[in-house]
Amino acid sequence: MDILYNIFIDPFVQMGNAPDFLLQVLWSGFVGGTLYSLIALGFVLIFKASGVFNFAQGIMVVFAALTLVGLYNLGLPAWLALIATIGVMALLAIGVERVVLRKLVNQPDIILFMATIGLTYFLIGLGESIFGGEPKKMITEELGLPSGSTSFEPFGGLVIIEHLDVAAVVMAIVLVTGLAIFFNKTRIGRALRAVADDHQAALSVGISLNQIWAIVWFAAGIVALATGIMWGAKSDVSFALQIVALKALPVLIIGGFTSIPGAIIGGLIIGFGEKLFEIYWGSLLGSGVEGWFAYVIALIFLLFRPQGLFGEKIIERI
Amino acid sequence: MFYREVGQFKTSYKADQSIFPILQDRIGIAVILFVAFAIIPAFGSDFFLSSIMIPFLIFALATIGLNILTGYTGQLSLGTGAFMGVGAYACYKLTTFFPDVNIIIMVLLSGFFSAAVGMIFGLPSLRIKGFYLAVTTLAAQFFLEWCFIRISWLYNYNNSGAIEVPRREGFGDIVLAGAAATPATRYLVVLSIVVLMTWIASNIIRGRIGRSWMMIRDMDIAAELMGVRPLYAKLSAFAVSSFYCGVAGAMMVFFWLGAAEVESFDINHSFLYLFMAIIGGLGSLVGSFMGAAFIWILPIIIRALPETFGIDINAATVEHINFMLIGGMIIFFLIVEPHGLARLWQIAKEKLRTWPFPYT
Repeated sequence: MDILYNIFIDPFVQMGNAPDFLLQVLWSGFVGGTLYSLIALGFVLIFKASGVFNFAQGIMVVFAALTLVGLYNLGLPAWLALIATIGVMALLAIGVERVVLRKLVNQPDIILFMATIGLTYFLIGLGESIFGGEPKKMITEELGLPSGSTSFEPFGGLVIIEHLDVAAVVMAIVLVTGLAIFFNKTRIGRALRAVADDHQAALSVGISLNQIWAIVWFAAGIVALATGIMWGAKSDVSFALQIVALKALPVLIIGGFTSIPGAIIGGLIIGFGEKLFEIYWGSLLGSGVEGWFAYVIALIFLLFRPQGLFGEKIIERI
Repeated sequence: MFYREVGQFKTSYKADQSIFPILQDRIGIAVILFVAFAIIPAFGSDFFLSSIMIPFLIFALATIGLNILTGYTGQLSLGTGAFMGVGAYACYKLTTFFPDVNIIIMVLLSGFFSAAVGMIFGLPSLRIKGFYLAVTTLAAQFFLEWCFIRISWLYNYNNSGAIEVPRREGFGDIVLAGAAATPATRYLVVLSIVVLMTWIASNIIRGRIGRSWMMIRDMDIAAELMGVRPLYAKLSAFAVSSFYCGVAGAMMVFFWLGAAEVESFDINHSFLYLFMAIIGGLGSLVGSFMGAAFIWILPIIIRALPETFGIDINAATVEHINFMLIGGMIIFFLIVEPHGLARLWQIAKEKLRTWPFPYT
């Protein structure tokens, strides 16, 4: 009985007793969720346009952030470093398309997936040998990101909201809106969706696959840069981010592999769920449940709704 | 010229189905076994035995386990490291409860625990495949890692959180595990287990079960229509694969590392085994050995190279070059030869057969 009480009643009593703390937890879950969504967004972009499950998205985030910080430390002004980093991401996109994707057209998905794992290792080695392995500070102020915090006092308690988190959320909203417009309203966006639907049909109406892939990887690179800046501002820029980025996988399972809104909602579900579970139920299991909670949720989703919340129902069933 | 089966006639089905139908192969494998069992332990230095050969053999066994699942059954797994961990911790608990039983038996028994865990996490494979399955194996990886840290019963409430191998004797007074065991003994134990299990694996794969795995891999719907039950085929693949991984994990701790924490079974190691399987060749036992040798021994050579040429590079740079090389090799192999080193070896054998007259 005691266990049942601890699971089903006690956490809610705690929530009711300290609503301000609950709000704080929800807010941090929300911010965490937006960051997961941003990473997942990079995955979805590439998956939609090329059917490649890009394992390297996580390291691209780290790589972009490191390049930005590295260039700034070389003495470039922040805005120039930002532009130069975007240039580097473009080069990376073209390089990946030329060296890896073009050679692997028409291979099974799983081969392409493993190629991106290889790419991940390559980028880890490259990034570490250029920038060194130690964690770096993100250049938050130089980029004009706000710092400081505002406190609210709802229910007679205290909730602190960091301005940086607000900036992260705003940035995510801007990116998602921008990408939605890009996908739905522009010529290239239409071409991207055509490629996603059917490679051969797209080729036969004169869409250049190679060009599209480079563009998509570039877009994913920009998303990676945004994610890297925001995540780097919250914690330091280090290669540990790459493991965090793996959480995008359960986010995608929940949201569906091909859906941009799905990536957002999935990220938020994981963000909220993880924080709430860790704080209110985590003590029952010993702490550190954050590490696997997302994956277990994804497992449950896989058993009951394999296409995710918003995914297309073309999932291969057995 | 020398490598040719001309004139080797088979007069019975038994001879036709032997593992090495060609005489030269049999000679070759006999030579390799002789070198492995007699020459290397007799003349190899302690460093060579305990830092190169033992890990190489253990990794090869883990890669065989992964290959059974990914190469032969086509189910991508990113949780190899965790399944090895299950074997290691199970073996540790077993030998704590029954200190007098021979440690080799315990190592083999621990595989069953890992097989059971593997089957549980293999259940989703009945409904999903591909990336989706990769996520469930990732769930296994992170959940089990968490268990290894949080459930202190697993490491006997040790303050360090690590499992330390106790001294274990067997076959009379020979020290098999623990700090007092000589590298040669540990090497011979590992080698015997690996050879035995490789032989068993090759027979499972040639047999009914293995063929049903490959049918599932090649086309699951066709396989089902032809009477292969996906439930049995997939779960048995998960079980056998995890069994191999578990034994490899137990051996890794008991005959190589001596003490282990969660870091020895983390996600990076899981990737490493996947790389070994890819570079060696998915769906090949020989490839598992080649891949393990490649990934394990290549970095050692790279580390040694600057010294031999008298170039002064710091160790970190070498590590980074290592990473880049491994990543580059993965991409290279996937593009040029998706079947890995094993396929190159097969091509070389074909060439040898017809050499020097390739068109006759």
